[in-house]
Amino acid sequence: MQRADITKDNLQLGARAAKVTWLAGAIGLVAIAAAVLLGLLSSDGGESFATAYLTAFVFFLTLALGALFFVLLQHVTGAGWGVVVRRPAEAIAGVFPLFAVLSIPLLFNLHSIYPWAGGEAASDHVLAGKAAYLNVPFFLIRWIAYFGIWSLMASYFRRTSARQDGSGDPALTIKMERLSAPGMVVFALTATFFSFDVLMSRDPHWYSTIYGVYLFSGSVVGFCAVLPLLTLSLQRWGRIQHAVTREHYHDLGKLTFAFVVFWAYIAFSQFMLMWYSNIPEETSWYLRRLSGPWSGFSLILLLGHFVIPFWLLISRGVKRRPATLAFAASWVLLMHLLDVYWLTMPESSPTSLGFSLMHVLCLAGVGALMIAAVTYNLSRSALIPVGDPRLDESLSFENV
Amino acid sequence: MTAAQKHSGTPVQGAAPVPDTGVFGLLAEFQTVPQLMAAAEKVRDAGYIHWDSHTPFPVHGLSDAMGLKPTRLPYVVLAGGLIGGAVGLLMQWWMNAIDYPLVISGKPLFSIPANIPVMFELTVLCAAIGAFLGMLVMNGLPALYHPLLTNDRFRRATADRFFISIEADDPKFDAEGTAGFLRSLGSSAVEEVRG
Repeated sequence: MQRADITKDNLQLGARAAKVTWLAGAIGLVAIAAAVLLGLLSSDGGESFATAYLTAFVFFLTLALGALFFVLLQHVTGAGWGVVVRRPAEAIAGVFPLFAVLSIPLLFNLHSIYPWAGGEAASDHVLAGKAAYLNVPFFLIRWIAYFGIWSLMASYFRRTSARQDGSGDPALTIKMERLSAPGMVVFALTATFFSFDVLMSRDPHWYSTIYGVYLFSGSVVGFCAVLPLLTLSLQRWGRIQHAVTREHYHDLGKLTFAFVVFWAYIAFSQFMLMWYSNIPEETSWYLRRLSGPWSGFSLILLLGHFVIPFWLLISRGVKRRPATLAFAASWVLLMHLLDVYWLTMPESSPTSLGFSLMHVLCLAGVGALMIAAVTYNLSRSALIPVGDPRLDESLSFENV
Repeated sequence: MTAAQKHSGTPVQGAAPVPDTGVFGLLAEFQTVPQLMAAAEKVRDAGYIHWDSHTPFPVHGLSDAMGLKPTRLPYVVLAGGLIGGAVGLLMQWWMNAIDYPLVISGKPLFSIPANIPVMFELTVLCAAIGAFLGMLVMNGLPALYHPLLTNDRFRRATADRFFISIEADDPKFDAEGTAGFLRSLGSSAVEEVRG
């Protein structure tokens, strides 16, 4: 009912941001350098490094994709409630240029990640048939297009919103709304083909048309978990303390809940059709994940990524208390990591889970660099869009 | 005679005769939302139980001001969903594995993945039915008649006025005292409603 009073709120990240950026950046670079070194010293031609790095890269990149989707969604629906949490989302979506750079180690290791890029591809009849799409030059062209498009979109919405901070011009909101709808279409297409390229082609004989939606649903789950954790951290640092209220956390919890259910729906849709028709070229992918140690892993994913968060997040009280929401969000984020791991690893490690120090180093490295970039992005403008015409609506937002 | 007195308690023109069983309660009109909110808090704090607020649109925070407990409807929805899911599973198990065993696509007679779509649909259906019927029952609906509808002034509860009604069967109700109390809350008109 009453508009939250933000006159006393600290809306700038301030000087501490630079410290965090440098520290996290340094940790990230050291961890990645250690992982690269470990990879060069290993006798497997860098495969363990490449797959571990791919897991970490995709995990953190999906969070940014979820953020870009959230920003587009806010504009395309003209949402009022989420204005106060849009800046953190814009900051997370602003990491695509960093990931374009971080993808260089991957692009040097394509042959050890993707069978279609290696020497055995020439003798494989199926791969020969797919060679028009699955070849290194075309892959690189698509890769550049994905990162170029995402960087441009994220930067446009972040900069336009930041420009509005000064002018408060509602015309900018209308402009962003108009562009967000075609932006959503472009996002859907790029995210879908990216998922085919980056993970599905790890097993180039296998295909699933719903795969893009599956990775997308997990991405939004991951992002919905990161956003409340990020705003809670900002509030713990004494920023935006009155702007973001339990009402906003409640809504973020609802969104997480909805996408947890959506993820399960999509995951089951993919599984059931392949299980029912029982065609070898389709079941091979699931067979790998339902045999040996991976069968237990799949069960953990079913319980941990759907059943447990479903019962955790269904209650109103859990979503409205910061401590319980933070727990649920951390849990869901961990499960999204396991999901990406489950999508990535069985192809190179079918008989064991293949977890090693390399994964820890890569996750720490890419994660720390992402924290550095997000902190830097957050420090570039106010922590809430102070010029947004719907700010009042968001500040006085209440769930009925 | 003021307009308010003239309309007080008289049945709506052309409506069916209303059985007069005595006083239903008091109806107090308020001009603005803040007045209503402040009044609702006072009525709540005065310890009244059988009373209600009437507004033309949802007013955020009114439930708190009235001291309403959270609705128990979610539990009805949960029960509906659980019953639907269980019925969906048992039905398919009995039909396909017991009553008319039929091997389909080489799958086991009782096979959970094949049963999940029907379980899912019945869960959603029964949860939705639970929400709909539970809401009706908890609100005492459908109600074809309500004493408040005999009051002309009350028609503006769907347009631009806000009301608090206190029922006569409230333990704290007292025709004189309660009317004075409602006037003291800033009500622009307090009327007796006969039921």
